[in-house]
Amino acid sequence: MEKDKGYGPGQPAHHFSEIEQQTEAVKLGMWIFLLTEILLFGGLFTAYSVFRAWNPDMFINAHKFLNVMLGTLNTVILISSSVTVVLAIRSMQLGRREKTIFFLVATLILAAVFLVVKYFEYSHKFHLGQLPGKYYTFTGVEGTNPHIFFSIYFSMTGLHGLHVLAGMIAIGWMLVRTVRRNFSSEYYAPLEATGLYWHLVDMIWIYLFPLLYLIG
Amino acid sequence: MDTTGTIFLTPGGSTIAGEVDSLFYFLVYASIAMFGIVLAGLVYFGLRYRRRQTDADTPTSGRAHNLKLELLWSIIPTILVVIVFIWGFRIYIKMHVVPHEAMEVKVTGQKWFWSFDYPQGASTVNELVVPVSKPIKLLMSSKDVIHSFFVPDFRIKMDVLPNRYTITWFEATRTGNFDLFCAEFCGDGHSDMIGKVRVVGEREFSEWLEAGLSGGEGMTPEDFGARLYVSKACNTCHSIDGRSLVGPTFKGAFGTRRVLEDGGEVTIDENYIRESILEPQAKVSAGFQPVMPTYQGLLNSREIDALVVYIKSLK
Amino acid sequence: MNTLPENHYLNARRGLKSWLFTLDHKRIGILYLYGIIGAFFIGGVLALLVRLELFGPGRDIMDAKTYNQFFTLHGAVMIFLFIIPSIPAALGNFLLPQMIGAKDVAFPRLNLASWYIYITGAVFALYSIHSGGVDTGWTFYTPYSTETTTSVISMTLGIFILGFSSIFTGLNFIVTIHKMRSPGQTWYKLPLFVWALYATAIIQVLATPVLGITLLLLILERAFGIGIFDPAMGGDPVLYQHFFWFYSHPAVYIMILPGMGIISELISVFSRKKIFGYKAIAFSSLAIAFVSFLVWGHHMFTSGQSEIAATIFSFLTFLVGIPSGIKVFNWLATMYKGRISFDTPMLYGLSFLFLFTIGGLTGIFLGALAVDVHLHDTYFVVAHFHYVMMGGTVMAFLGGIHFWWPKMWGRMFSSFWSTVAWAIVFVGFNMTFFTQFILGSRGMPRRYYNYLDQYQPLHAFSSVGSLVLAVGFIIMGIYLVHSLFRGKPAGNNPWGALTFEWQSTSPPPTENFVKPPKLTHGPYDFDKISPERTFP
Repeated sequence: MEKDKGYGPGQPAHHFSEIEQQTEAVKLGMWIFLLTEILLFGGLFTAYSVFRAWNPDMFINAHKFLNVMLGTLNTVILISSSVTVVLAIRSMQLGRREKTIFFLVATLILAAVFLVVKYFEYSHKFHLGQLPGKYYTFTGVEGTNPHIFFSIYFSMTGLHGLHVLAGMIAIGWMLVRTVRRNFSSEYYAPLEATGLYWHLVDMIWIYLFPLLYLIG
Repeated sequence: MDTTGTIFLTPGGSTIAGEVDSLFYFLVYASIAMFGIVLAGLVYFGLRYRRRQTDADTPTSGRAHNLKLELLWSIIPTILVVIVFIWGFRIYIKMHVVPHEAMEVKVTGQKWFWSFDYPQGASTVNELVVPVSKPIKLLMSSKDVIHSFFVPDFRIKMDVLPNRYTITWFEATRTGNFDLFCAEFCGDGHSDMIGKVRVVGEREFSEWLEAGLSGGEGMTPEDFGARLYVSKACNTCHSIDGRSLVGPTFKGAFGTRRVLEDGGEVTIDENYIRESILEPQAKVSAGFQPVMPTYQGLLNSREIDALVVYIKSLK
Repeated sequence: MNTLPENHYLNARRGLKSWLFTLDHKRIGILYLYGIIGAFFIGGVLALLVRLELFGPGRDIMDAKTYNQFFTLHGAVMIFLFIIPSIPAALGNFLLPQMIGAKDVAFPRLNLASWYIYITGAVFALYSIHSGGVDTGWTFYTPYSTETTTSVISMTLGIFILGFSSIFTGLNFIVTIHKMRSPGQTWYKLPLFVWALYATAIIQVLATPVLGITLLLLILERAFGIGIFDPAMGGDPVLYQHFFWFYSHPAVYIMILPGMGIISELISVFSRKKIFGYKAIAFSSLAIAFVSFLVWGHHMFTSGQSEIAATIFSFLTFLVGIPSGIKVFNWLATMYKGRISFDTPMLYGLSFLFLFTIGGLTGIFLGALAVDVHLHDTYFVVAHFHYVMMGGTVMAFLGGIHFWWPKMWGRMFSSFWSTVAWAIVFVGFNMTFFTQFILGSRGMPRRYYNYLDQYQPLHAFSSVGSLVLAVGFIIMGIYLVHSLFRGKPAGNNPWGALTFEWQSTSPPPTENFVKPPKLTHGPYDFDKISPERTFP
C-alpha cells in the first residue's frame, strides 16, 4: 500500500506542503460535506412542509402522541454532547490528551443515551400501531391520512438517528487516534472536522424537535 | 390554417395549431440562421486559418477581447429568447383558458385504454367523437398511473393523473380522424394505448349520439361483437390469431379447459367470459398477470352478449 | 526520436494490488476509465438492441416487457454509470492535480473510496438486470414505479450509492482547487478545464443529495408504503417529479460543463491561439451552475403544475441558455486568426461546436411553453438530449481522450484510423438522431415499443444510423487498444500545449513533476510563446 501516513506532529501528508494547508483542506472538506447533508435533509423538510400545508389539523392532532418530555430530554442531551465535543477539541488545542479522551468518551455516552431514548419512543409507537405507511393501524388520530405524519416522523428521525450512529463511529475513531497520539496541539484537524459534523447532527435535531414535537 | 403540413409538422387540425406552428417555424428559421452563423464560422475560419507547412511557428495574435462583439452576441440572443418566451407564453395562456361554452367530455385513462363519457350520456372507448368547430373541454383523470393525453395534429397534450383532474381543451377545424397517443410511460401496453379523435359535422354528431347509445342496430351479434372487440380495446391485450399478448388469445379458447393462476381449473363457457369481463381478477389464467381492468359500466348487457357470441365463433 | 521515460506512474509499482490499493490520482483516473468504458459498452449494446427492435413496428426481436426494461437500463446505465462520472472521474482525476502543479488531490484515500463506491453502486444497479430488470424509464415516475413488480429497489439503491461517489469526487475537487494551486497560480491563471471541473463540482455537491433523498423516499414507498407519492394514501405523484427533477436538471449540467472545459482546451491548443474571452467563459460556467438549479420545472410543463410556475420556469430556462451561447461564440472567435490543425482531438472539438449548437438550439424549442406542449415526451426530446449529451459531452470526452491519450500512456494512436472513426461516428450520429427530431415533431411519442406505420421509414433510417455509430466505435476501440502496445512514443508535448501537464514526461512520474512546474506563462499564452510539438 502506498505510504501516506507521513504526518506525525508537524508533518503534513506527502501531497501537502505545510501542515496548515492540510488543516485548512480538512476543514473546508468537512464544511462542504455538511452542505451536502443540509441538502439531503432539506428534501425531508420540504416533504414535511408540503404535507403539513395539505393536512394542517391532522399534523397537530397526530403530534400530540409524541412525548414532549422525552423529546426535550433528547434535545438537552444532544446540546450537551456538542458542548463536550467542543471541550474535547479545546483540550487538544491545549495539548491535553487525557482530557480530550475524557470528553470524547462523554460525547459518546451522551450520544448513546440519545439513541436509547429514541429506542423507547419508537418501541412505544410500534406497540400502539403508529407505524409508517401501510403498516399503520392506530385509530386515535383525527383527520385524513394520519399515517402520513408518522411516515414523515420515522423518515426524519430515522435518518437523523442513522447520522447519530455514524457520528458515534466517527467520534469513536477519533478516540482511537487520540489514544494512538495521532494528534497534537499543532495538528488536530480531523478532530475539529468530526466536531463540526457532530454540531450539524445536533443542529438538525434542533430543527426537527420543534417541527415535530412542539407544533400547535 | 395550415392544412398541407411540412416535413416537421403534420397538418394542424385545431384552432391553436396554427399559432403553435407559427412559433415553431419561427424557431426553425431562427435556429437555421444561428446554426448557419456557427457553421460558416467553423468552415471559413477552419479553411482560412488552417496551419500550412510554410507557416513560421511564431506566436499568434493576443487579442482576446472585443467588447462590441461580446455585447452583440450576448444581447441579441437575449432579445431573441425573450421574444420567444413572450410568444410561447401567450399561446400557452390561450391553451389554458377554456371557452365557457365548451362541451365537456370526461376522459378516463387507465392501463391501457381511454374511455370517454359525454354529457349527453353516451360513452366510448378509445374513440373520441366530437363535432367540428366547437370547443371541447376535456376533464381528465386516471384510474391507476400517470398517463398523458396527446393529439399531435391538434398540438395538445396534458398529463392524466390519478389523484386529481387535469383539464385541456381544443376546437377542431376540420373533419377527419386524428391519432390519440398516451404520452407518459405507463407499462407494458403504453404504446398500444392508441386511440383516435373522430371529428364529424354537427348534424352527424347529433345522429351519432342518438345511435351510439345503443349501437349494433342491424348487425348480427357476431358482427357486433367483432366490432366491439376493436372499439372497446379488447384487441390491445387479446389476439384472435393465437398469439399470447398481455392476455390469452381468444382463438380456439371457447369450450376448452383452462388452468388458473391459483391452480384451479375452469371450462371457458359463456359464464366464464361474462365473469371475466365484469370481474376480471376472479379467475385469472395461469401464466398471465392480473392486470385486466373491469368493464363494469363500460359495456351493457347487449354488448356483453355480442362479445360472447363473437368469442365463441373464433375457432 | 521520442522514447518512453524509464520510470513513470504506470510501471512504478506492479501487480493487481498496487492498482486496487493505489492512492495515485492518475491510477484512480485510469481505474475509473475502465469502469466508464465498460458502462458505455453495456449502455451501447442496450441502445443497439432498442434500435433494432424499433426497426419495424410491432415485435421484431423482443416483447414489450423486455423492451421497456432495455430502454430503462440504457438510460440508467448511460446516465449514472457512464456520463456523469465520465469526464470528472476519469479525465478530471488524471489531470486536475497536474494542471495546478500539485502532487495529488486533497483527499487521496477519499478518492480511492469514491471509486470503490462507484463499483459498488454499479454492482447493485446491474444486479437489477439479473433480479427482474427495471421497466420504469430512468426517471422512475410514481405511481408506476411504486407498483411495478420489477427490481426497482436494487436499481435505485445502486444509483443512491453512485451518488455518493459523485459527491465525494466533487468535494475532493473543490478543496483541491481552493487549497492546492501552485504558488502564484491565481484563479485567472487556471486552465478553463479546471474552472469547468470546479463549477461541475459545485453542482455535484449541492444537487446529488437531493437525488439521494428522492430515491430513498421511493425505496421507503415501495418497502413500507409510506404513501407520500401515492394518491390513494394522501400523497402526490407530481411531488415526486419535483423532487426528481430538482436534481436531474442540474445533473445535465454536471454532464456538459466538464465537456465545455475540454473544448476550451482543444480549440485553443489546435488553433494555437489565446482563448477569446477567458473570464466570460469562466464566469459563464458559474452562471450556468447557479441558474441550473432554478429551471427544473421545464420538464413538467404538461404535468398539471400551475401556469405561474410553468411561466417562471420557462423564462429562467431561456436565461440559462445564454451563457452557453456566449461560450460557442467565444470558441469560434478563438479560431479567428489562429493557426488551425485538424488533429483528431480538434475534429472532436469542431464537431462538438456543430452538434452542441443544434442540441442547444433545440433546447430553445423545448423551453417555449406552447411549443413544448406539442414536443414534450416525443422523440424531439430524445433527439435534443442525445445531441447535447452525446453530440456534446461524448464528443468532448472523446476529444479529451484523444488529446490526453499520449500523456496517459506515452504512446500515440494512428491518426488515419482515428480520423476514419471520427467521420463514421459523426455521420452515424446525425443519421440516428437528426431523424428523431422529425419523428418527434410529427408526433411519435417516447418509450414506445410499438408504433403506427407512418413512422416506420424514419425509425428504420435512425436504426441504420445506430449501426453506423457502432462501427465507428468498434474501430475506435481497436486502434486505441493497438496504440497501447504499438503506438509510437509521443514525447512530453505532442500537441505543443501550454498547460502544466505537458511539462512532464509522457507518461508522467507518480509524483507528477520531478521539479515543481514554474509559472512563467498563462495556460493560453500562444501570443507569447510557440511551444514545439514533440510529435510527429
